[in-house]
Amino acid sequence: MKDGHAPRRKLLIIIAAMLAVLVLTPFSGSYVIVLVTHALIFAILAMSLDILLGYTGLPSLGQAAYLGMGAYLTAILATRFQFGLDGTFWVVVVLGMLIGAATAALFGLFAIQASGVYFLMITLALGMCVWGLAYRWNSLTGGDNGIVLPPRPAFGIELADDVTYFYLVFGFFAVSLVMMAILVRSPFGRSLVGIRENELRMRILGYNTWLHKYIAFIIAGGFGGLAGVLWAHAHGLVSPEDVVLATSVDALLMVVLGGPGTLVGGAIGAGIVVFLREYLSTLVPWWQYVLGGVYVLTILYLPGGLMSIPERIRGSRALSRRARETKNLQTSPH
Amino acid sequence: MDTQFWVIQAFNGVSYGALLFLLASGLSLIFGVMRIVNLAHGSFFLLGGYVALTVIWTTGSWLLALPVAALVVAVVGLLMERVFLRPLGFDPLRQVLLSVGFAYLFQQAALDIWGGDNLDIVPPDMLKESAVVGGFYFPMYRVFMIGMALVMGLILWLTMEKTRIGAMVRATVDDSEMARGVGIDTSRVSMFIFALGAFLAGLGGVIGGAFLGVYPGLDFAILPIAFAVVIIGGMGSLAGAAVGSLLVGLADNFGKALFPEISYFTLYAPMVLILALKPTGLFGRE
Repeated sequence: MKDGHAPRRKLLIIIAAMLAVLVLTPFSGSYVIVLVTHALIFAILAMSLDILLGYTGLPSLGQAAYLGMGAYLTAILATRFQFGLDGTFWVVVVLGMLIGAATAALFGLFAIQASGVYFLMITLALGMCVWGLAYRWNSLTGGDNGIVLPPRPAFGIELADDVTYFYLVFGFFAVSLVMMAILVRSPFGRSLVGIRENELRMRILGYNTWLHKYIAFIIAGGFGGLAGVLWAHAHGLVSPEDVVLATSVDALLMVVLGGPGTLVGGAIGAGIVVFLREYLSTLVPWWQYVLGGVYVLTILYLPGGLMSIPERIRGSRALSRRARETKNLQTSPH
Repeated sequence: MDTQFWVIQAFNGVSYGALLFLLASGLSLIFGVMRIVNLAHGSFFLLGGYVALTVIWTTGSWLLALPVAALVVAVVGLLMERVFLRPLGFDPLRQVLLSVGFAYLFQQAALDIWGGDNLDIVPPDMLKESAVVGGFYFPMYRVFMIGMALVMGLILWLTMEKTRIGAMVRATVDDSEMARGVGIDTSRVSMFIFALGAFLAGLGGVIGGAFLGVYPGLDFAILPIAFAVVIIGGMGSLAGAAVGSLLVGLADNFGKALFPEISYFTLYAPMVLILALKPTGLFGRE
């Protein structure tokens, strides 16, 4: 970047925005608190997908699978074994991340070798495998009806209170964001970007690109699993609806809408998509026109996502300034 | 589990496969020619069913509904390809998301026009009877589905193998750059294939409407199954689509009857394996 202050200013804006969400949300209506909580959970999912899509160049069409694994694990442990409803909640958080990562480790064996359209197709198929099990394996997953969770955990802190739960989810979101930001700025993250830009060159330079992509896939799965644990307790119901193709596609849209390769872009996208799906849908019957319209318009007119808008404005300003200067140069000798 | 079970299940599987062939053959051709993961293909199927209902309500003719619905959907597909997909250029991710956007727009439009009820397309009385062969009852409608798939399959095969446009399509599937090099207008080929695919899906929607019903959500329910067919059979191959449809139709029926708890898993797990081991599918062109 030419402007040395830009990254610092961006960081300050992000921190200010997050503080605003943290401080303002508890004072909003009870419905807004729930909405923001959901948005933050999907933000974790979208950011996990951004590691794949934005930084590694792997457009996964099955990210909902990991959310589903984490959510179903939470629900099954809670209803069958009453596990994770007290201090053991933290164990479930770890287990949820592990099951997401383990699922990704299994799926990655099939998916990583594929590229381009084939990667899209194979991740779609893997996501459908999880959906199929969730939908049909009645004795374990409750089938179409899903699993209703008992009240949220309490361990000195009562998570049943929506505001308390919001604080918890916000904490997980902030920690996830920081961890992923460190990850993408690490040498490992830099080599992921190298693979995105030119995989062949990275291979010639001696990088094991398969392993890099595989590890990124597993990390993304782990964060997806975390989102699943939080989602199960936020929603109180885990059902095949959570792992349908539309959820995976929505996650992709969140990243593309916000701006791939920015992490926070995915969070912004998650906020918008959750707002459309959960809030606008209660206001107007034609909300799907807006959702479909957002998809189409983003793809046609906003290739770099929302996060690219400031840069675009700066770019067009610089362009017009340069145009003025050239004009002056042309006119001045006369 | 006697012969009765096996014969009836096999027959049901084959007839379901016939319906899947109508839906998936177009998807396969679209994928082969354009490399687009078209998530709006299920919407074409659903729209076909809805348009057919309107035709039946206004004219009372089921027979007329078949071509009209298929043609209307073909026009919708053609416009979508020309106006939106073509200018986008080749970018798999953006094409996928654009097609999803359209799927949502179509879903909402269908909801506004035809409402949210589960509707049924009632076929003519002649097709409501059953044929009795060797003591087994075969519903005529399912026989008709198989016949329709055979006829369409034959027409498609003749078009692909014997006509000039068919040769152009095959050339584009094999190597679109080379095809452009020898002067084939691949843009026109894409337009033709996308409209044809929409036509077939719309036709499938009319025929499937008496069998699966017509309801909001049918589009995304049927879409992944069509992809399973395409992947298992191989993209861009008619023979592959035929075999894939048959396999998926049978696997779906027997899976649900024999191991209901993992029946969808048995459908999508082979899809993953084939993609991992032979990404071009069982019959895909190398």
